[in-house]
Amino acid sequence: MADFHDAFEAALGGDAAALKPWLPDTEAPGLKVYRNTIARGRAEVLAAAFPTVARLTGEDWFRAAALEFARAHPPGEPAMDRYGAGFPDWLAQFPPARDLPYLAPVARLDRAFSEAHAAPDAPVLDPAGAAVMDTAALYAARAELHPSARVFWFDWTVASIWLSERGFEPADTLAWTQQAEGVLVVRPQMTVTAVRLDRAQAAFLRACRDGATLGQAATKAFTADLAADLRSLFTALLRAGAFTRLHAQS
Amino acid sequence: MQSLNHGPTAGLGLKPAHYDEALASPAVGLWFEVHPENYMVDGGPRLAWLDAIRREKPLSLHGVGLSLAADEAPDAGHLARLKALADRYEPFVMSEHLAWSKRRGTYHPDLLPFPRTRAMLARIVENVDRAQTALGRRLLIENPSLYLALEGHELGEVEFLDALAGATGCGLLVDVNNVFVSARNLGFSAEAYLDALPAEAIGEVHLAGHTPDPNHGETLLIDSHDAPVAEAVWTLYARLIARVGPRPTLVERDDNIPAFAELMAERDRAHAALAPAARAPLPEAAHG
Repeated sequence: MADFHDAFEAALGGDAAALKPWLPDTEAPGLKVYRNTIARGRAEVLAAAFPTVARLTGEDWFRAAALEFARAHPPGEPAMDRYGAGFPDWLAQFPPARDLPYLAPVARLDRAFSEAHAAPDAPVLDPAGAAVMDTAALYAARAELHPSARVFWFDWTVASIWLSERGFEPADTLAWTQQAEGVLVVRPQMTVTAVRLDRAQAAFLRACRDGATLGQAATKAFTADLAADLRSLFTALLRAGAFTRLHAQS
Repeated sequence: MQSLNHGPTAGLGLKPAHYDEALASPAVGLWFEVHPENYMVDGGPRLAWLDAIRREKPLSLHGVGLSLAADEAPDAGHLARLKALADRYEPFVMSEHLAWSKRRGTYHPDLLPFPRTRAMLARIVENVDRAQTALGRRLLIENPSLYLALEGHELGEVEFLDALAGATGCGLLVDVNNVFVSARNLGFSAEAYLDALPAEAIGEVHLAGHTPDPNHGETLLIDSHDAPVAEAVWTLYARLIARVGPRPTLVERDDNIPAFAELMAERDRAHAALAPAARAPLPEAAHG
């Protein structure tokens, strides 16, 4: 019985002769129906998961790229939400995308949006909880990022392109220029949001994400920007819903 | 939570674009069906929407990913995620397909055919048993749309489904459009197929639209779910219901999705067909 399934998969891949014991007519039009449905299903899942990439490249370019990705990395699960995790890295290596350096980082932001959308529900850290701690206790504590939070820092204007294409910021004449930008993608409640980060905020959040204490994260923020105002930085991140809870030092 | 206390009624495939109207619809007996694979997420708005719908309406989970006709056991992780959704949403019915879509770690987003041999029957009996045991629920198994006249069948499809139901206690989900599409593509009588189905095993009926293949026209119909239910399918549906009695009936639409009201009009037509007055036995269909 494995023989049939092996042969059918070979026929889906183009080798209709493998299926001859069960389908003598290698030109049977029905084979194309299955091939088309599968190709369409994969391309549609990727187009839905990477809408900004699809819009920037156009439908035909995207579909061709998606199908090539799917041939090399077919989905493994019927729950297709996680499919395409490797697509941004693959795009970065995809020869036809060589002249489109913004595609792979834009794909990472699309991916972050999808991950945030499906991430576990979790409370947002109440600023009042942090306000009652004395400074020494606060610096020794760790702030756990919200499970939906994804932190990015780019050397080029990726954030501007993506925020505008996804409607988080008004559409503008966009330039691909070498200008550092940060962005936080997070879903504090049921709506995915995206907020720009400055250099100090991004350094602070990445340190928190990697397990640093707030004191260590503050050092990172000052290293990134000596003029950083720690109080307003932390307040802005709390308001954005970046954290789910504080872990006091035990 | 509501249950199906109006008897077998008609439902609608739930589309994200229609969540708000679906939630607010006052239609008597209305229920919704979703693909559980679209809700296998950790959290977020999709589960929240379905939670809200489920508080108001009965729900059916219609899976596409168990791959019961693969040459391997259903994926344990997928079964566990399916069970978690079933426990969360308490569907009044759960269903899957007589087809395969995943094996050896690769998923093909389609419902693939197989030769109906006795060996495949034994394999699928084992897979359905395993799934029903893991879920703690009975499954309904749906007849597929077929596009290839495969050789090597040892049993007819009705005979195969009947044997599967007998061996596992599973029920049948009869997709009347699939019967119509397969009958046209493979050249058998849709009426004879429907008349031969074991009435007592039928737990649900599906209705959907199809389209002719762009290259082969009416000789190759595609189960596209992108059009209204065809009149010929409504006629077959009336014939089936006249013989077996009312069954929960779903109108499916997955592409080219119209306004909610337009889908509801189709759903209401099925709903009316299930009402006692509409089911006076048709002389030409009362036997069978």
